[in-house]
Amino acid sequence: MSDAQMTTRAKDKSRWERFRESDFFYAFKRSPIALVSFTVVCILVLSAVFAPLIAPTNPFDPASLNLMNGFTAPMEPNAFTQETFLMGTDDQGRDVFSTILYGMRISLFVGVSAVLFAMVLGIILGLIAGYFGGWAETIIMRFADVQLTFPSILVAMLIFGIAKGFTPVEYRDQMAIWVLILAIGLSDWVQFARVVRGATLVEKSKDYVAAARLIGRSPWAIMIKHILPNALSPVLVIATISLALAIIAEATLSFLGVGAPPTQPSLGTLIRIGQGFLFSGEWWILFFPACTLLALALSVNLLGDWLRDALNPRLR
Amino acid sequence: MRTATRAILATTVAMLALPASAETLRWASAGDALTLDPHSQNEGQTHTIRHQMYDALIIRDVTGAFEPSLATDWGPKADDPNVWVFNLRQGVKFHNGNDFTAEDVVFSYNRAKTPTSDMKELINSVVEVRAVDDYTVEMVTDGPNPILPANLTDLFIMDKDWTEENNTVKVQDFEGGEITYATTNVNGTGAYKLVSREPDVKTVMVRNDDYWGRDQFPMAYSDIVHTPIQNAATRVAALLSGEINFLQDVPVQDLERVSSADGLVVKTAPQNRVIFFGMNQGADDLEADNVDGKNPLADVRVRRAMSMAINRDAIKQVVMRGQSQPAGMIAPPFVNGWTAAMDGESKTDLAAAKALMAEAGYGDGFSIRLDCPNDRYINDEGICQAAVGMLGQIGITVNLDAIPKAQHFPKITEGKTDFYMLGWGVPTYDSEYIFNFLVHGREDSIGTWNGTGFDNDELDAKIKSLASNTNLEQRNADIADIWRVVQDEQLYIPIHHQVLNWAMGDNVGIEVDPENQPMIKHATVN
Repeated sequence: MSDAQMTTRAKDKSRWERFRESDFFYAFKRSPIALVSFTVVCILVLSAVFAPLIAPTNPFDPASLNLMNGFTAPMEPNAFTQETFLMGTDDQGRDVFSTILYGMRISLFVGVSAVLFAMVLGIILGLIAGYFGGWAETIIMRFADVQLTFPSILVAMLIFGIAKGFTPVEYRDQMAIWVLILAIGLSDWVQFARVVRGATLVEKSKDYVAAARLIGRSPWAIMIKHILPNALSPVLVIATISLALAIIAEATLSFLGVGAPPTQPSLGTLIRIGQGFLFSGEWWILFFPACTLLALALSVNLLGDWLRDALNPRLR
Repeated sequence: MRTATRAILATTVAMLALPASAETLRWASAGDALTLDPHSQNEGQTHTIRHQMYDALIIRDVTGAFEPSLATDWGPKADDPNVWVFNLRQGVKFHNGNDFTAEDVVFSYNRAKTPTSDMKELINSVVEVRAVDDYTVEMVTDGPNPILPANLTDLFIMDKDWTEENNTVKVQDFEGGEITYATTNVNGTGAYKLVSREPDVKTVMVRNDDYWGRDQFPMAYSDIVHTPIQNAATRVAALLSGEINFLQDVPVQDLERVSSADGLVVKTAPQNRVIFFGMNQGADDLEADNVDGKNPLADVRVRRAMSMAINRDAIKQVVMRGQSQPAGMIAPPFVNGWTAAMDGESKTDLAAAKALMAEAGYGDGFSIRLDCPNDRYINDEGICQAAVGMLGQIGITVNLDAIPKAQHFPKITEGKTDFYMLGWGVPTYDSEYIFNFLVHGREDSIGTWNGTGFDNDELDAKIKSLASNTNLEQRNADIADIWRVVQDEQLYIPIHHQVLNWAMGDNVGIEVDPENQPMIKHATVN
């Protein structure tokens, strides 16, 4: 018992040490872009997760809003209420800083969930297509080809529109977020499926797969336990880059007014609101959410690029 | 090569600098006309575009007073109070050269009374229209109707021969998605002729130099190009860049920016339109709330509490940037029957509102859906969002569903909403128009926009009697009585009267019209 524990601990420790001594960690330490974007992502994610502790107000509680606070400029007291806000307020008197924190939660939640959904779907379909081949492959991959000919934002809008039609109006606000995840996820699975299928085709002719088959392991066990781990690193890279795209897709849908409900604004909704007040000089309603979205998407994207380079020795 | 370029340039400059009389009005507004068929769709912006090309017997000028148009004068028949006599203008020609006669008036009014027409409510008291001679028309009503002329200002006259030749006698069925010849073609008597029409993209018109009023009106613009631009920021950008020189719907947040720009002026006037919320008090149980087995809106205390929770001054200050007039009744001040006292009856009082909610048994509040248009009224969605916060303060959780007007309005007329926003303009300048549409119980041809489920037979009888009451003093007393009931019932929650803002180049001479219907024939070039 204690021997076993010892080995586990020793193994863990050595794994951490192995990680610290790996090329991967070395490359990470030596890349300023990776370090900076990783830090930015961490700060943004943490502030979104702990939004209720950080934000001075809860912008999603309509009863707590005071309309008279509307259009307050950053760091200037409001003409009627004398209250001051770090990043000003929007047209409904919502504190822009708090709304960004809460809105980022929606953006991140939708982005991460949509990518996870697309990833699981893409991996399963890609494995089936690559491993079994035949008509299953034909159907899945032709379907993927057809979907690729449509811009993914169009596919997302289509799915969003159809799903919204099926949702009873009473639950539309609550369901909007889930419908968004479904729409973005369904528009994004193709890339995962193609990469996983490619990797599966390569791996399945290798000896270790043949060996596994010979000892009688079931196809699903071979796919998931043997092939998938060897196909995971490109999937990880795609997932990171897709995350940035999913966050932007959510912002685009919300900007077009078909995403998050106006009473629970995400970053895209905030930018849509701010867009109407650009000419009148209330720049802060658009500026701060846009900067946040830029920082978030850019740093996730840069991290993804770096990850691709680091995980693919052939590119070095 | 260089000479060729220069020649082309010179020609271009020469073409741009045509005689001074060739002035183009490049006009934009948020929405487009829904159709050009004169008797389909009784909607403000649709009438506005029609008014440039079609004439009615009577129109209103910018002060709201009657202005003779195709009728030169009119009055009740001396020996029969049920008959109105209209003397028509002589020598008027349609755009295709056909003569305008009494036959065309009879034809157009009969067309406006057919089932697919959206104008039939306006002349449902007219039983017969007859031509006495080529230039005299008599209208027979089902009882004396003292305010009939007020109902005729948006009823346009078509050419009988043209309509029959082009097989477009039946009024377009807009809800049924029908498209007819008259939907995109025009043969009116109006000051401008249609050149081309692309719905929701562009409508081009050219001056009718054979117009009967060519010498009477300035008609300074030789061409009109109307472009609908839905996005507020794009609209303002088009104006600032000079792409358009007349903008009907300036977003309130951009008024300062526009009026401080060189070469642009903003003209402001109160609009004949009131914005309010309607509540379904008639149903036993609501679909859109979370209370089972009963209807919280059926309790007048709840309705009053909701009205008290709305801070109209805050909406005016922040959402409308001062460009509205808080309302206490659902009649604009232009309307016969409006009183300053009733218009001041809306008070914000959160403590009293909470007390009323508790008294009605809803101390813990309830939740309900609010249906709201997002492309019809000035900042409609912003007002609804503000209301969500304000009602939240008395415990009512409001889920907002803001959608385009084309989907929102059928919800009201088909009774599929329990809590909704609506705006109402009163082209007849009389309370009867409001009562007919919004207060009378819902029936086939009356009360069609009353989504409250309110139905009071005694009141309905009184409303119906208004049409033929020739004793104006008694009629006004009845109107006041009906308003008293509407107010005490808190049938609606009035929000505000809209204020119109039109922006134009400083050489454009157009005066703001309370109906939001510019008549370009009145425009001058300064």
